[in-house]
Amino acid sequence: MERTFNDILDKYEWEDVKEKLAKITKDDVVNALRKDKRSLTDFLALISPVAAPYIETMAAMSSELTAQRFGKNIQLYAPLYLSNECNNICTYCGFSVDNGIRRRTLSPPEIMIEAQTVRSMGFQHILLVSGEATQKVGVDYFIKAARQISDVFPQISIEVQPLDQDDYHRLSEVNVNAVLVYQETYHRQAYKTYHPKGKKSNFDYRLQTPDRIGKAGIHKVGLGVLLGLEDWRIDSFFTALHIEYLQQTYWRTKYAVSFPRLRPAAGAAKPNFDMSERDLVQLICAYRLWHPDLELSLSTREHEAFRDHAPLFGITSMSAASKTNPGGYSVEPQSLEQFEISDERSVEVIIQKIRDAGYQPVWKDWQPEYANAPLHT
Amino acid sequence: MQNMLNIADHTFDSRLFLGTGKFNSAQSMCQAIDASRTQMVTVALKRIDLDSHNDDILEHIQRKAVRLLPNTAGARNAKEAVLAAQLAREALQTNWIKLEIHPDPRYLLPDPIETLLACEILAKDGFIVLPYIHADPVLCKRLEEVGTSAVMPLGSPIGSNSGLKTLDFLRIIIEQSTIPVIVDAGIGSPSDAALAMEIGADAVLVNTAIASSSNPALIADAFAMATIAGRKGFEAGLAPRYNKAVASSPFTKFLQQITP
Repeated sequence: MERTFNDILDKYEWEDVKEKLAKITKDDVVNALRKDKRSLTDFLALISPVAAPYIETMAAMSSELTAQRFGKNIQLYAPLYLSNECNNICTYCGFSVDNGIRRRTLSPPEIMIEAQTVRSMGFQHILLVSGEATQKVGVDYFIKAARQISDVFPQISIEVQPLDQDDYHRLSEVNVNAVLVYQETYHRQAYKTYHPKGKKSNFDYRLQTPDRIGKAGIHKVGLGVLLGLEDWRIDSFFTALHIEYLQQTYWRTKYAVSFPRLRPAAGAAKPNFDMSERDLVQLICAYRLWHPDLELSLSTREHEAFRDHAPLFGITSMSAASKTNPGGYSVEPQSLEQFEISDERSVEVIIQKIRDAGYQPVWKDWQPEYANAPLHT
Repeated sequence: MQNMLNIADHTFDSRLFLGTGKFNSAQSMCQAIDASRTQMVTVALKRIDLDSHNDDILEHIQRKAVRLLPNTAGARNAKEAVLAAQLAREALQTNWIKLEIHPDPRYLLPDPIETLLACEILAKDGFIVLPYIHADPVLCKRLEEVGTSAVMPLGSPIGSNSGLKTLDFLRIIIEQSTIPVIVDAGIGSPSDAALAMEIGADAVLVNTAIASSSNPALIADAFAMATIAGRKGFEAGLAPRYNKAVASSPFTKFLQQITP
């Protein structure tokens, strides 16, 4: 039987990591800061409460490493919500099946209208998003959508339900460059409570999704946890563990981390674990100090001032002027959003803010010709 | 007057080439290009908006009297790189290509096997190929055999600003090569560029050290001067170095005693 991330995760206990975190000392943090290459243990030290007073030092180091690796550039993308149909119950999500919102799945002509609207705003990188309703909105639907918009967008990423390896391979053939799949939490028992119904309740199938994406040869995988669901420090340690395993196993794949912090959504509960903006800066910097090459991405969930400063301390990619409802850009702007947007400013305003910070917005950083050739010649 | 650099049928006065990534604005890129007096800059095909006629990077570069060297950064294998090169040739009207195949997205280290394959295909197809490679002397000779127009061995990992960690291998490559050797990645300071030129490299390519500087134009000027200084040093011939004063013949002194 082939190795998957399950084999690694099984060696760890949530409570053991919690204990290790509690034992971190100031010396551990200082040592971690002094190193050139930092281990997973160093990462844990840097996200610990003990490291909190070092946030300015961490931010300065992160800023320098990011500029050296990525240049003073910020990649821009926009999400396109294809459907809010969903058969899952996720206790924190506005699209949850038990939520009485109107359901909507975009038709091919509607997808085209939305895509062209997003393109006219300047974007060349689109993120296709949906809920999980495999019967109606399955891989064939996604392939059709990706093929349809491939002339409009050189770079297509997707954030949909976990799929099989063959499905990912088929998606790579229609120029899908990246797949984002968030574990939400690595706490197995808590995961069951948050996801009581639907295909998503299968923790292991979701956990092994990046393995399937890696095997299918997709260029980039985006990982993350829903920050605020469980203790974000421990969940972030497991995210890093997951990335370390994936980098060793699927070494041709690029990895990105997103930072969805729980925000209020219609009909959803308040976050269980509070994560402040200060914590979020510390986490972003810790990722950068741990792995200077990781793409770190920030959505419009965060508020304006935070986003304006984000390129300075390590973020390399951002969405802008996002709509998180199907048809939100032009087909049906009034429908209900998946989560509340904090930064509602226009693309023009955000670009100006990026330039004011001394960074260059990057619209295009991909060539579709790279997406679908087999890995070996 | 320094000797000119010839690559394929083209002559360059300047032995400093620039990368165009990582600048914080098109304006700072342009100022650096001017200050460097470079005559060739490389641009990643994936960054160029081929459909639009007002691509930000391209528009600025095309206004300058510099040769555009498109590169295949992002390609993971020979097939992707060949496709990209063909696309670049068609869209940008140049048969020059900087071949970059790095399947490893973390350290962007070049794949020697795929690079050799792609080089052979592209050279046969009429391209002027400049491949980015490890400082591997045997690979350089193999690339020469399949018709590459120059080799671009790395000094240290790309973007690391770590200087010429591969110095010993670069010396062998320079000694053996019949085509221009351009030291590509890792050059972090003007003195690194000068050293590369002093050991006989034909040119250097610099990006991160200029683009990530707080004063790209000033450091670009410094790199230009260092490249010239290093080249002149090479052409003049460097005085040999001695680690210690010449000893007073402890090994041969006896000869004076036994031979009158």
